[in-house]
Amino acid sequence: MSLIQVERLSVRYGARTALSDVSLRIAANEIVTIVGPNGSGKTSLLRAIIGAIQPSAGRIVHADNLKIGYVPQKLHIDDTLPITVSRFLKLPGGVAGADVEYALKKAAVPELEHAQLSQLSGGQFQRVLLARALIGRPNLLLLDEATQGLDQRGSASFYQQIETVRQATGCAVLMISHELHVVMSASDRVICLNGHVCCEGAPAAVASAPEYRALFGTGTGGALALYRHEHDHGHDHGDHSHTHNQDSESC
Amino acid sequence: MLDDFMVRAALAGIGVAFASAPLGCFVVWRRMAYFGDATAHAAILGVALSLAFSMSIFVGTVVVALLMALVVSVLSGKGYAMDTLLGVLAHSALAFGLVAVSFLSGIRIDLMAYLFGDILAVSRGDLSVIWGGAACVVMLIGWRWSALLTSTLNTDLAYANGINPKREQLALTISLAITVAVAIKVVGVLLIAAMLIIPAAAARPLSRTPEGMAIAAGLIGMLSAIIGLRAAFVLDTPAGPSIVCVAAVTFIVTSTLKSLRNPQR
Repeated sequence: MSLIQVERLSVRYGARTALSDVSLRIAANEIVTIVGPNGSGKTSLLRAIIGAIQPSAGRIVHADNLKIGYVPQKLHIDDTLPITVSRFLKLPGGVAGADVEYALKKAAVPELEHAQLSQLSGGQFQRVLLARALIGRPNLLLLDEATQGLDQRGSASFYQQIETVRQATGCAVLMISHELHVVMSASDRVICLNGHVCCEGAPAAVASAPEYRALFGTGTGGALALYRHEHDHGHDHGDHSHTHNQDSESC
Repeated sequence: MLDDFMVRAALAGIGVAFASAPLGCFVVWRRMAYFGDATAHAAILGVALSLAFSMSIFVGTVVVALLMALVVSVLSGKGYAMDTLLGVLAHSALAFGLVAVSFLSGIRIDLMAYLFGDILAVSRGDLSVIWGGAACVVMLIGWRWSALLTSTLNTDLAYANGINPKREQLALTISLAITVAVAIKVVGVLLIAAMLIIPAAAARPLSRTPEGMAIAAGLIGMLSAIIGLRAAFVLDTPAGPSIVCVAAVTFIVTSTLKSLRNPQR
């Protein structure tokens, strides 16, 4: 039974369609990464899953035991708001002190409990956001470009922490990432999104899929191709030869 | 005791400070200072309409302030920068209000009393409206406190916790309208935003928690009301502005103390 099942989801902002006809499911304990160019609807998909935007069509089915932990894209804490890490983790209430200690330990920053939120470094702040997501002991962790603004070492160690958390708690992870090298090594499954699902499957299969290459190019140039991507790439389902790995489910 | 106009004035000032403290903190945290200003300026239009239709001034100003807040939220995100939009609405509401007042033939009203407050003329009836309104605001914000705080930190985190930030915003809007209506008599339309922002800003360097900041803002506001009234009495200065001056001096003192303690920041 999958934890979450997205069925033919469409999201529009006024006249602009952000997502159309997106279907996917996340099973327990897997790490799924969403890749796609800027404006491809990655964040809209996560926001629809947490209920921050209403779908214009389709639906999202939650498993009965689903508990989501959400790490937002970026969070600016105004310096005028004095708040300690521990108080931040306890919001909006019903959280015990022991849970705060547990979550900070899982995120590998137990020493920050009494620090002021506005004085944390970028890396510390991401760890605290991770701790906040973990506090309800979720079985699905949603990460929206959680390593934005971190240097390569910082983000590598952050993703390592995610893997540690998954092994310790057995939660599934659905994350958005721009860092293709990280995605390829750490995910069980990759979904390539560009308003619709372009292709999905095991990382190696997706990397060799023509749809993926049309979006990201090949090899190490892929990360740069992200920004040079053209939106009129072909979807001629008829005539491209299906030589890529069969793990790639749909194109 | 309530027969003494100075006692009534002090109680009125304390009541306004009481409601302004928690609300003012959210105004500062959410960068709503100009929004507070716009709502307050619209209140003069409410005063004119109340007098024209011989309604209670409290009801008239609450309604107009709420309408103003509604217009702002509908128009925001329609292509204007928020500060431009609020600047247009705040000052045109004030101008339309002043013009509307001039149409009220037969009623001579003391405009200055509404622009700058008339705290020394607070009656027992006014006092019960002020304290009733202040109690409503503090209870409403106290009830929504954690949800409001969460949606102030980040709206998506709030959604992920099952909180609807738009509904929480409504609680703040209602509180703001009530506070404006209650504070007109005390500091007047032009200085209401000052009573919201200055005590909260002065409390910031003294606080490590959001609740601590709200309490400190309340104490600073109440002390400013008492000291300001006393100063107005002794120096024969206008009462409302004197209260705001004391709050402003407190702000200067606490911010200076903070920068002396942490010179690098």
